[in-house]
Amino acid sequence: MPTIADTAPADTTFRAASLELSGIELAFGTNKVLRGVDLVVPAGRTACVIGPSGSGKSTLLRATNRLLEPDAGDIRLGGESVLRSNPDELRRRIGMVFQHFNLFPHKTVLENITLPLRKIKKLTPEGAVAAARIQLELVGLREKESARPGNLSGGQQQRVAIARALAMKPEVMLFDEATSALDPELVKGVLSLMADLASAGMTMIVVTHEMGFARQVADQVAFMDRGVVVEAGAPDKLFTAAESPRLQQFLSQVL
Amino acid sequence: MDIWSTLSDTFLDWESMKAVLPEMLKVGLVNTLILAAASVVLGTVLGMVVAVMGLSRRRWLRWPAKIYTDIFRGLPAILTILLIGQGLSPITRHWWGPNPYPLGILALSLIAAAYIGEIFRSGIQSVEKGQLEAARALGFTYTSGMWLIVIPQGVRRVLPALVNQFIALVKESSLVYFLGLLASQRELFRIGQDAAATNGNLSPLLLAGIFYLIITVPLTHLVNYFDKRLREGRPTAELEVEELVHADHR
Ligand SMILES: Nc1ncnc2c1ncn2[C@@H]1O[C@H](COP(=O)(O)OP(=O)(O)OP(=O)(O)O)[C@@H](O)[C@H]1O
Ligand SMILES: [Mg+2]
Repeated sequence: MPTIADTAPADTTFRAASLELSGIELAFGTNKVLRGVDLVVPAGRTACVIGPSGSGKSTLLRATNRLLEPDAGDIRLGGESVLRSNPDELRRRIGMVFQHFNLFPHKTVLENITLPLRKIKKLTPEGAVAAARIQLELVGLREKESARPGNLSGGQQQRVAIARALAMKPEVMLFDEATSALDPELVKGVLSLMADLASAGMTMIVVTHEMGFARQVADQVAFMDRGVVVEAGAPDKLFTAAESPRLQQFLSQVL
Repeated sequence: MDIWSTLSDTFLDWESMKAVLPEMLKVGLVNTLILAAASVVLGTVLGMVVAVMGLSRRRWLRWPAKIYTDIFRGLPAILTILLIGQGLSPITRHWWGPNPYPLGILALSLIAAAYIGEIFRSGIQSVEKGQLEAARALGFTYTSGMWLIVIPQGVRRVLPALVNQFIALVKESSLVYFLGLLASQRELFRIGQDAAATNGNLSPLLLAGIFYLIITVPLTHLVNYFDKRLREGRPTAELEVEELVHADHR
């Protein structure tokens, strides 16, 4: 399988941007789920977000691309605040990968990638197919282009979902427990694809329960609990010398 | 008394069937098909409008859809057809004369739209939330995500129920009979009934019944076919225009 790093003709490059979240607050009714989250990811770096269930990790990702509108705080992409711009346009600049893949089951693998390219990027049908095939090649699924998502393994589906997001040329990628729904033997393929993407210089926020991945790939790990980033730092420091009791307790449970 | 010959005199009088057959084909079948096809098209379009309104995030769109559905599902079809077909005809006769078809089609479509709207709505609602979320995460607007991603999947899931509704429409088209039809406007049921009265036996009605079955039984099989495909998890994608267009480009 060709990796993203060692196949880089013009079409596979991307322009990664920095991402800064500051003071993000978000409530569902009276349930304050995010209570002032700060997270800075320099361009080309990877931040892993870890934390117990219900701490607000998924909500934070959805607030980042404004699938959920933050109540307070600021989001800066490439140094510019994006809260006042059109959210549909913001989402075109941020790719997102979900736990359950969310491929479009009524479309083929190729069409899953070409549809947004044609409808949103306004590529010609030929241009969209060419761009989609490049991405499929990259994730090692070129030969599956005519298959329906339902006929692929979970790992293959997730790689298609990653290809679909990358085809849009995002400046940042968000991953929400991308491997949690996968059978154990399929996890590795998806994680190594994500690691390739990180080393190719994509800006990424990765919500994950894979502590090994966080340790090896992340430039920065942020531990979230009850709607705030309790502790953040380099993985080595965080995993070996956690300061806050809550993180120590969390790590003792998951490691 | 010979039961068999009594029954066969009533139902199997070949002569009266043969006599009515040409009219049944040229007038009755054609008119039934026109009524049913027009109401299927109009009812489906209106039904989609009702469904989309009913799913809207705006209350002032949701409520009219709900009230509409309650009314047209709650009334007997014959009552709606008479109210609309007779009630509006003093107004519409200026446009197309005393022809009961346009209003009959309108009434049938309005009734069908209430049922079809509910069918579409349940189908669309059954599509996983993640589908719209993924579409929007890619940059689709809410509206185009609904129309390109969610609604096509929802419609596919309810194709069996939809075709069942079409079958009901074919049968209900006979109700326009109550609006009073000129000789050339009679559909299958009315022609069967007239001939039955003239001949003093029910054979022409039986013939009309056979014609209904010729239309509805294939539709029933279509329902089963869609059902089977859905259960096997194979999407009935070939039906979508968008995809046919797309295939041309390959
Ligand atoms: N759409 C929603 N409406 C109302 N409440 C929500 C919604 N989404 C999430 N919540 C609530 O927000 C809180 C945080 O949820 P979130 O999904 O962000 O947690 P998480 O850290 O991703 O957890 P997990 O590890 O289980 O995925 C939970 O209490 C949840 O019930
Ligand atoms: Mg989550």
